[in-house]
Amino acid sequence: MDAILIQLLNGLDKGGAYALIALGLTLTFGTLGVVNFAHGALFMLGAFCAVLFNKVLTISAKVKDESITFFDAYKETPYLELWWGDTGATIIDYSVPLSILFVIPIMLLVGVIMERGLIKHFYKREHADQILVTFGLAIVIQEIIRHFFGANPIPTPAPDVVAGSAAVGAFFGLNENLVYPWWRLIYLAFSLSIIGAVFAFLKYTTFGMVVRAGMADRETVELLGINVQKRFTIVFGIATVVAGLAGAMYAPILPPDYHMGMDFLVLSFVVVVVGGMGSLPGAVAAGFLLGLLQSFASMNEVKAIFPGIDQIIIYLVAVVILLVRPRGLMGREGVFED
Amino acid sequence: MKKILSSTPLIMLIFSVVVLSAPIWLAPLGANYPDLLQKFAIFGIFAVGYNILFGLTGYLSFGHATFLGIGSYTAVWSFKLLTMNILPAIILAMIVSGVFALVIGFLSLRRSGIYFSILTLAFAQMAYSLAYSVLTPITNGETGLQLTQQDPRYLDAIAGIPVKDGLPSTNLFGTLIKSMDGYFGFYVAAVVLIVAFYISLKIFRSPFGMKLRAIKSNQTRMKYTGFNTRPYLLTAFVISGMYAGLAGGLLASIDPLAGAERMQWTASGEVVLMTILGGVGTLIGPLLGATIIKYFENIFSALNSNELHKIFDFLPEGMENFMVTVVGPFVGEGWHLTLGLVFMIVVIFLPGGIMQGISHLFGFIKRIFGMGDKPAPVDDTVNNDSVSKGGAS
Repeated sequence: MDAILIQLLNGLDKGGAYALIALGLTLTFGTLGVVNFAHGALFMLGAFCAVLFNKVLTISAKVKDESITFFDAYKETPYLELWWGDTGATIIDYSVPLSILFVIPIMLLVGVIMERGLIKHFYKREHADQILVTFGLAIVIQEIIRHFFGANPIPTPAPDVVAGSAAVGAFFGLNENLVYPWWRLIYLAFSLSIIGAVFAFLKYTTFGMVVRAGMADRETVELLGINVQKRFTIVFGIATVVAGLAGAMYAPILPPDYHMGMDFLVLSFVVVVVGGMGSLPGAVAAGFLLGLLQSFASMNEVKAIFPGIDQIIIYLVAVVILLVRPRGLMGREGVFED
Repeated sequence: MKKILSSTPLIMLIFSVVVLSAPIWLAPLGANYPDLLQKFAIFGIFAVGYNILFGLTGYLSFGHATFLGIGSYTAVWSFKLLTMNILPAIILAMIVSGVFALVIGFLSLRRSGIYFSILTLAFAQMAYSLAYSVLTPITNGETGLQLTQQDPRYLDAIAGIPVKDGLPSTNLFGTLIKSMDGYFGFYVAAVVLIVAFYISLKIFRSPFGMKLRAIKSNQTRMKYTGFNTRPYLLTAFVISGMYAGLAGGLLASIDPLAGAERMQWTASGEVVLMTILGGVGTLIGPLLGATIIKYFENIFSALNSNELHKIFDFLPEGMENFMVTVVGPFVGEGWHLTLGLVFMIVVIFLPGGIMQGISHLFGFIKRIFGMGDKPAPVDDTVNNDSVSKGGAS
C-alpha cells in the first residue's frame, strides 16, 4: 500500500511534466499545424532561465570573514545579502519560484521570435521539413546552452522551507514514516494549475474562443475578418511559456543539463501521439497515464514478472495504441492524416 | 551524349575510381588516414541505404540506428562463436537486421507521416533501453560487447586455426587479408560500398524504384490505380534496414566491439542529417552528406584554441584574438552547433541538399555559357534522373 502511494505520487509528478510539455506541443500542432521538435529544447531553456536567475541573484562580493580571527579570510557573499540583509537572503532562497516572473517574458519573447523568424516560413512545407528544421534548431539551442553553462548538470535548490519531505503517510493514515518531497508535491499542484489556467483561458476568454474556432475551421474564421494568424502566433508564445515554466519548476527535481530537453522531447512526442494529435485533453490525459504507467512499471514486484518493463513500457503502450487506435486516445478526425 | 554519361557501367566505373582513389585525392584535405576513410565508406553505406527508404518513399524513419546496432552485435557474436572471418559476420549481420527490419517495418508501416516517425522512434528507444538493461547477457550492457580469450569460435576450431596468445584480429579467409587494420579495412569497406552503391543505382532505375517514388508523390493515387503499396514499402524498409545492418557489421569487423550507444536516437538523427545535407532522393547525395559530416566531425572537433591561433596567425594581433573568440564556439566541442546551423540553413534554403545546390550551380553556368555548350557532368545527370521534384534544372 505504501509503495503504491509513493508510485502514484511519482507517476502523477512525472505525468505533470509530460502533460505540460505535451500540452504545449499539441497547442502548436492544433493551431499552426507545425510539428515542433524544438519543444523539448524550450523546456530545457526554461530550466536554464531558472539557473540563470539564480546565478544573477547570487553574484557575490568578497567580504572579510569576521568569524575567523587568526588570519584574513574572505568569503563570498551575494550583493543582495549585503544590501538588504535577511530580505536579500530570502529572495535568493526563493530564486526558483521567483524565476517564474523572469521566465514568462523571456519565453514569450523566444516563442514569438521563433514563430515569426522561422516557423512562419514552414507552414506550407511538408511535415518532414518541419520536423527537420526544428530538430536542427533544437541542436543549435542545446549547443548554445552548453557553450555558456557547460555540460554538467547544475544543481538548483528549492527554497529551504520546502526542501524537506511531507509526511504523506500520516496524512493518508498509512505508515508514519512514509514521506514525499515537498517540492514534487508543489510541482504536481503547479502543473495542474497551469493546465487548468490554459484550459480556462481557451474556454472562457474571447481570445480563447477565437483560437478554438480557428483550430476547428481556420478559413471560416478568417473570412469573418479575424486575424487568426496573429492570435496563433500568441498561442505559440503561450505554448513556449508553458514549456519554459514546466522546465523552470522542474530544475530542483532534476538538475538541468543541456540535453534534458531531448530526453523529454521523445517521451512527450509519444505522449502527444498516444493522446491523439491536436487533442488538448488527450495530451493531458495521456501525460498522466503514461507517467503513472511508467512509475508503476518500475516497482520491484512488476519488474520481477516482466524484467526491463520499466524501460520500455511507454514505448510499448505507444506502439500498441498507435496500431489499435490510430488516432490516439482522443484524437480528432482529419488531424495530421495525409 | 547524355545517354552515355548516365549509363550504368560508366557511372560505376567513375564511382569506383573515385572511391578507390580516395586516399590519394583526400590527402590535401588532411583526411587520408584510414580511420576516417573507413568511416566515410561505412556511414556512406548507411546513408545510401537510408536513402532508399526516406529518399524514394518519403517515409521519415527516426530509428534506423537500431539496425546498425543489431548488425554490430550480430557481427561480434559471429566473431565470438563462429570464426574471425568477416564474411560470415557481415552476411549474418545483414540477415539478422533484415529480420528485425521486417518485424519493425511490418508494424510501423501500418501508419504514415509523423505517426510512422514516432513508431520507428518508439521501437528504436525500446531496442536501446533493452540493450542497456535486460538484454545484458547478449549485449553486455554499458560495457559493450567485446571479444575475449575464452570465446569458442567453433568454425575456426574445426578449420584448425591455431589459437594464439592475445585477441585474434578479424580477417578475410585468413590469408587473403590478415587483419582489417588501416587501409585493408578501408578497401574492404570501399568494395562493399561500391557493391552497395551499384545495388542502390539499380533500385533507383528499376520499376520497383519507380513505384517507390510514386508512393512518395501520391500514395492515394497509387492505391486507386490498383497497387497495394505496403509490400513495396516493406521491401524498401527491409532493404534499407539490411544496408544499416551491413554498415553495422562492417563497423564491428574493423573494430570488433559493439555498444548500445550506436542505437541511440541521436545516432538515427545523424543519418537523417547526412541524407538531408547531401540531398535526399539523389544517388550521390547521401554519400556526400555522410562524408562531409564525418569529415567535419573529425576536423572541427579536433580544433582547439591553440590550433585556431595557428590558423589565424597571419592576421594582426588584435584581429587574431577576435577571430579566435568568434570562431571558437563553433569548433572543438561546439562543432555540433555548426552542424545544427548548417543543417537548418540547408533545410530552409536548399531542401534538395547539396546536390540541389550543385545542380543549381550547373544550371547557372549553362545559362552563362549558352545552352548545351557543355555536357553536364555525371553527378548532375544522375541527379536529373533521380530527383523526384523540383531540383533538376
